[in-house]
Amino acid sequence: MTTDAAGPDAAEAEGRVYNVGGQDWDEVVAAADQAGDRTSAERLVVNMGPQHPSTHGVLRLILTLEGETVTELRPVIGYLHTGIEKNMEFRTWTQGVTFCTRMDYLAPLFNETAYCLAVERLLGIEAKIPERASILRVLMMELNRISSHMMAIGTFGLELGATTVLLYGLREREKVLDIFELITGLRMNHAYVRPGGVSQDLPHGALDRLREFLKVMPPLIGQLRKLLDANPLYIARTKNVAYLDLTGCMTLGVTGPVLRATGLPWDLRKSQPYCGYETYEFDVPTQDTCDVYGRYLVRMAEMDESLKIIEQCVDRLSGPRPADDRVMIADAKIGWPAQLALGPDGLGNSPDHIAHIMGQSMEALIHHFKLVTEGFRVPPGQVYATVESPRGELGCHAVSDGGTRPYRIHFRDPSFTNLQSLAAMAEGGMVADIIASIASIDPVMGGVDR
Amino acid sequence: MTQENPADPAAQVDPAARAGEERLHEQIASTGMFGSGGTGDTSGYGGLRVRRALVPSAPRPYGSYFDEVVDALTGALAEAGPDFDTAVERVIVDRDELTLHVPREHLISVARLLRDEPTLAFELCGGVSGVHYPTDAARELHAVYHLVSITHNRRIRLEVSVPDADPHIPSILGVYPSCDWHERETWDFFGLVFDGHPALTRIEMPDDWKGHPQRKDYPLGGIPVEYRGATVPPPDERRSYR
Repeated sequence: MTTDAAGPDAAEAEGRVYNVGGQDWDEVVAAADQAGDRTSAERLVVNMGPQHPSTHGVLRLILTLEGETVTELRPVIGYLHTGIEKNMEFRTWTQGVTFCTRMDYLAPLFNETAYCLAVERLLGIEAKIPERASILRVLMMELNRISSHMMAIGTFGLELGATTVLLYGLREREKVLDIFELITGLRMNHAYVRPGGVSQDLPHGALDRLREFLKVMPPLIGQLRKLLDANPLYIARTKNVAYLDLTGCMTLGVTGPVLRATGLPWDLRKSQPYCGYETYEFDVPTQDTCDVYGRYLVRMAEMDESLKIIEQCVDRLSGPRPADDRVMIADAKIGWPAQLALGPDGLGNSPDHIAHIMGQSMEALIHHFKLVTEGFRVPPGQVYATVESPRGELGCHAVSDGGTRPYRIHFRDPSFTNLQSLAAMAEGGMVADIIASIASIDPVMGGVDR
Repeated sequence: MTQENPADPAAQVDPAARAGEERLHEQIASTGMFGSGGTGDTSGYGGLRVRRALVPSAPRPYGSYFDEVVDALTGALAEAGPDFDTAVERVIVDRDELTLHVPREHLISVARLLRDEPTLAFELCGGVSGVHYPTDAARELHAVYHLVSITHNRRIRLEVSVPDADPHIPSILGVYPSCDWHERETWDFFGLVFDGHPALTRIEMPDDWKGHPQRKDYPLGGIPVEYRGATVPPPDERRSYR
């Protein structure tokens, strides 16, 4: 421990400063007592993060503590700001997918879908998206929901000190990532959903893998539930912790599992369906406890519902295919070449397409060149498209000036909005409960900072 | 009006011709036919000037639930505050979405009615997002609010535009506290000042950052990258097809 290492100026401005290096808490307390500084002995301002194993990413919290009670909490964000929204203004509409998939890196397919739905609405081609592409989007999103919730519950366990939960969560998530790798070529940052459809149809053997996944997954989720649902330690750390009721959620704009744990079944898949969600059969699980445990139960139940949806997708995809079945819009002015061959390093070329443009048709080559380098033009206007991501309402506000690049893209990321409620959840509680509060919001800093 | 006063010469102008006339006075959005800049365009269409398309105010009926929303707001405004025509500059229905352009003086009263009136009940605000239109004279900066009504399962959008020289908008925090971080973000990225926000500080950029990065006059930045003997310029300096 060192005293006043922050410099004399800092001490003048903020009072006595102690730098804590770890395992020296007694020294800090003793020094504070010795200094006779009653305010700093009773009221302690602690900086937590941005590099802290329990803050769920590069999140920094400034805590004011009285004993072990948190009297004030200020989250500080911005450590992972990457300027994705600005960067997208300098790329074509299709290239934008490659950027936005990196925002909320645990739910990349939701970012892509929200963006593509916005672009498609701007183009006015929503009705022309092939059905197979929509089914594939739903399939991938629901798989992604499972992997994201697995990660949420796994890290949640780790942050509370239970490593087994993390290992279970990661192991199950791995199964989803393997399927992603098989279908999109990549385990994350897929850029799989594109304006007009998806980049790739299911490869050979994918349906069998999905059926196998549907078979092994329920018992694995059951295992996790057996580990946690009635675990007295887990319940002691989560029940009646970080209470936020419906009024609080509405006021602070909180959506997703946190909102559904207050008893309101608000799920955009049901209330404002997109990608044909209205044709699938599933329930919106809710709890009415408004606490961390309720949010956990909602996430667990949502995984079961996702499995139901995936099963329906697999059934639809395995039926006999109509002749004009495709995964990319038929409009050649918008649809990028789909059906790419899968190489060892991700998505590669489409041999048929290359044969066509290089060997058969000069016009096709020109067209390909124009479409890929210049891109398509989007009529001027603005739209706001939303999807229900694992963390809540993910909105994409897209503005076009009629050009080949987005004029402005803004993402209303649920992590960003939900994280605002942290102070309301944690103030007045114990320090240890902050960890549970953060984990129950499940913010992904890539999405918060974008 | 046209039918009532046929003697008025201005009214006899063909509406299509008038729309064309108005279009001619719009700002130039791009030049040339192919969008490429610099010397790349050898087509002879380089002198072509493409003007910005007008976004006309929507005529009644608006369709969908939009008529109900506008009627309910008109009724509520007639009781509570300024009449509808003062409080809402324009009603735009585009791609099945309703946008109300509200002058900043009336933003708070309109938002409060939208939230509290049972027939409107927009409980949830999806935040505010800024858009910078450098060519839109005296209305350069726009703030766009996305509202959701869970009760009626509806969405609308409020748009407030202010001049760059006076970028002040009253903070909507008193009505929708969920806009706290969103307003800070919009200040950070666009320099829009939300009057009345308790702590309007930067949120994504460092505290001592200069400028507001998502404005159109702020460069993207970047350095040229050498790859296999060739140099790739940064994205904002590459040849582009706008």
